[in-house]
Amino acid sequence: MSMKNKLPDPAAVKDEILKKYPPKVARKRSKSIQVLGEPGLEIQANVRTIPGIITQRGCCYAGCKGVVLGPTRDIINLTHGPIGCGFYSWLTRRNQTDPGPDGENYMVYAFSTDMQDENVVFGGEKKLREAIQEAYDIFHPKAISIFSTCPIGLIGDDIHSVARAMKEKFGDCNVFGFSCEGYKGVSQSAGHHIANNQIFKHVIGLNDEAPEGKYKINMLGEYNIGGDAFEIERILKKCGITLVSSFSGNSSIDQFERAHTADLSVVMCHRSINYVAEMLEKKYGIPWFKVNFIGAKATAKSLRKIAQYFEDEELSAKVEEVIKEELVQVARVAAEIKPKTEGKLAMMFVGGSRAHHYQELFREIGMTTMAAGYEFAHRDDYEGRKVLADIKVDADSRNIEELHVVADEKRYNPRKSPELKEKMIKDGFAFSDYEGMIPEMPAGTMAIDDISHYEMEKLIEAYKPAVFCAGIKEKYCVQKFGIPLKQLHSYDYGGPYAGFVGAVNFYKEIERMVNTKVWKLIKAPWADAPSLHAELACE
Amino acid sequence: MISFSNEIKNPYTELDKSIGGRFADNPATNACKLCAPLGASLVFKGIENCVPLIHGSQGCATYIRRYLISHFREPMDIASSSFAESSTIFGGAENFNAGIDNIISQYTPDVVGVCTSCLSETIGEDPGMLLGEYRSSRKDRELPAFINVATPSYSGNHMDGFNATVKAAVRCLCENGGGASCEMLNIFPGLVSPADMRYLKEILDDFGIDYMMLPDYSESLDSPTWDEYHKLPPGGTPRKRITQAASARASLQFGRVLGGNSRDSIGAGEWLEKQFKIKCLKPGMPIGIKESDIFFKTLETLSGKPMPEKYKNERGRLIDSYIDGHKYLFGKRAIIFGEEDFVVGMTALLSEIGVHPVVCGSGGESPHFADAINAVAGDAIKNFPEPPIIVNGADFESLLELALETRPDFLIGNSKGYYISRQMNLPLIRCGFPVHDRIGAQRLLHLGYRGAQQLFDAITNAVLEYNQDNSPMGYKYM
Ligand code: SF4
Ligand code: SF4
Repeated sequence: MSMKNKLPDPAAVKDEILKKYPPKVARKRSKSIQVLGEPGLEIQANVRTIPGIITQRGCCYAGCKGVVLGPTRDIINLTHGPIGCGFYSWLTRRNQTDPGPDGENYMVYAFSTDMQDENVVFGGEKKLREAIQEAYDIFHPKAISIFSTCPIGLIGDDIHSVARAMKEKFGDCNVFGFSCEGYKGVSQSAGHHIANNQIFKHVIGLNDEAPEGKYKINMLGEYNIGGDAFEIERILKKCGITLVSSFSGNSSIDQFERAHTADLSVVMCHRSINYVAEMLEKKYGIPWFKVNFIGAKATAKSLRKIAQYFEDEELSAKVEEVIKEELVQVARVAAEIKPKTEGKLAMMFVGGSRAHHYQELFREIGMTTMAAGYEFAHRDDYEGRKVLADIKVDADSRNIEELHVVADEKRYNPRKSPELKEKMIKDGFAFSDYEGMIPEMPAGTMAIDDISHYEMEKLIEAYKPAVFCAGIKEKYCVQKFGIPLKQLHSYDYGGPYAGFVGAVNFYKEIERMVNTKVWKLIKAPWADAPSLHAELACE
Repeated sequence: MISFSNEIKNPYTELDKSIGGRFADNPATNACKLCAPLGASLVFKGIENCVPLIHGSQGCATYIRRYLISHFREPMDIASSSFAESSTIFGGAENFNAGIDNIISQYTPDVVGVCTSCLSETIGEDPGMLLGEYRSSRKDRELPAFINVATPSYSGNHMDGFNATVKAAVRCLCENGGGASCEMLNIFPGLVSPADMRYLKEILDDFGIDYMMLPDYSESLDSPTWDEYHKLPPGGTPRKRITQAASARASLQFGRVLGGNSRDSIGAGEWLEKQFKIKCLKPGMPIGIKESDIFFKTLETLSGKPMPEKYKNERGRLIDSYIDGHKYLFGKRAIIFGEEDFVVGMTALLSEIGVHPVVCGSGGESPHFADAINAVAGDAIKNFPEPPIIVNGADFESLLELALETRPDFLIGNSKGYYISRQMNLPLIRCGFPVHDRIGAQRLLHLGYRGAQQLFDAITNAVLEYNQDNSPMGYKYM
């Protein structure tokens, strides 16, 4: 890569970063900071954050309640615990939803049992029962789910037996719980897994009525931040593809209940939802593969793969037609933007898939991602699923239940016979695949897992990227360096960035950010010379 | 018009938290309060070169950071001892020590502020003891100062956490006082905006008063662009000044309610009075003319200096504008919500401009809330058609029901009132904390004549805008 010549040597930058740490911390962090180039490089991920090192990571509860269940509009999500956890996860992720004119929508609510002293001392089950009853009496929802926060695990409330009892009592309302106490696992990731398990156990498969449609798919790991799901839905519809369920952007619980009637699952965010994809295949015979609707080219590629999966001429033709039509606008805007963005550097540290997906969009406008990393991903999200077998299970992961799923006696129906699947694989069609982020990054760039504040500062000093992508927690630090930060969790009130319309939005947004004049104002006229004898500024 | 007979001690309808029949026994739907370590962190951010550490799982620190940032739009480093599942069984001492070591090596802070989370409290961690052990195992090196405070959110909200931490800072850092031996005045402003703090400092400087304001996040949470990167933002109350708190000539502690639900609800000023006989003056939050008058009068007395021209003029202009705007506001009905002392101050302001506060709600649970409202607005309220409904332990569902019942003309409080405003098509005047759906929360001014001026203009304009938008004619003139 040509940029290697003009930019600081990443290996030296890495050494510089590690210098400041005590030896033990340096050793540990060294494995999570990798300069890319060598094949077969291993990165340390999904390990516990070092106390006192300021991390971007949240907790298990955040992954479960905030990420996976947060976008569900017709389930009452009740936080069992003291007030903060529920308050802070109150629609802060900008998930959008479209309940229709009369649809239920509880997303604007924050329900909490608001535990008090006496509940901590004497147990909170009674209060939980009352809260569930109240919610039921007032809203008559289809479902109520309960999320345990840290203190709950310790005082030993059995939320699952409360849920069972209430479900039985109501008869027409599904009640289920998530033991997603924040101290479990090392990050949000544990919460994703717990969410996947419980949704699979308590919801998926409850309704066998399949929706109409020729090409029926589930969209997994798309959370409709800033309206991304709306754009993807638009495209799928245009192609004639039926969305049976979405986990969980713009979703409804009916969709979850029927997810097993789809013929294919496609996975956007591999980290947060691969468990459901796997379980759907094991229990019901629905194959899955990874897609990416971030970036115009990636969107086209993903659509083609779906068409190829269904082995249907008509669908393929339709998909080609849609792609052709949509790309006209995308190409026009890209051509306009690219000269103004080409050659600039980006960095992104976010999520469990976004740091990978968004590189695509930057490539399309000629920008290079100099460094990237996830907040809560695992090695497979960096290096690809091929490393799954050699990931060591540590104490933190061992505590997260692994559901034992077997083929459903009646409903197991392999959508592709083993022979056919075998043949497709031979012909180069990948199932249950994820190549990970690293193989797509050029040599000489860096991958850093669970980046700390301090490391971020060092990176910015070294490379002065044109734009830095992360979340709100990093935004104002980075901007104090005079570098614009694009939030890729909440999109800074923008979006959608998925699909074709999203790509256009993103190109324009990035061009605006990297070329904004506001940073030039920072330097005041008196910064260089004392103004006493200088000319009057207004002369 | 109903007037109140004097036999009724408290003329207000005080509702309990089960109001509206929703979530009796207080599970909250759309809570009107945040959690205690958030308040603690905010205070720590207002101490110079201080790094907060929340002892517990990292999720709380992350949530609290992101929440504070959405209001202040500034860097917000808050560390966590990152409990593992095993820490909940074996205790968090190891993580605690490692956490502090790492904070010191990365930041070289002057102060480390330690607060607990619900988790560490539930397992019975004692940060005071942990700190003792930490100190004695690291005798070989120079350590920063430490502040420790217990902030379980199941027995108090963010305001309680805030107040407890101001007090803890004084308790942990102040040196045995010589009792009013120095000229310095302690000032404890409570949860106000950086702009409020800057204004207070300007006022105190203009009166020539030497002061120690705690906390002071006027710079640290509203800083200019930087020429060079700072690990910790500049600004904050210097540790040195806090050490002198027990020798101050007096303390000025804002708030007629203060604390409330915390386990011991006295403020830092009262604590200093009890321990060291430092006189504690307790005016209300100076919001509105009357409460500000009390504040300025106090400063005159303390400084022995007459009121500077500048503030006389501010007051004069404010009254002039009250006269101009009065006709648009008189008789309007408002719902006020937020922290207790903020609501009390806002009630004082609204009732002096002829607005009728129909509901005063707070997520706090202080028994003094209604009395404080009575104290600041009792006279005015007597002339209103009905007494305000005062809600302790309010959440936004109960406030919505009350809004539907009382049909106010506008809402005043933080961003979380937006759903009510949207549902009922009412103006929401955003102020207080948290304001995360508008820009400039850190620059909102509430205190003194200048703050009252800004609030008054904002309120009047909101009402005018509403009338204009809803007028069939679309008048351009008032
Ligand atoms: S556990 Fe307690 S301290 Fe942590 S976020 Fe929840 S309420 Fe706040
Ligand atoms: S208490 Fe636990 S569940 Fe709640 S925010 Fe903190 S880490 Fe997460």
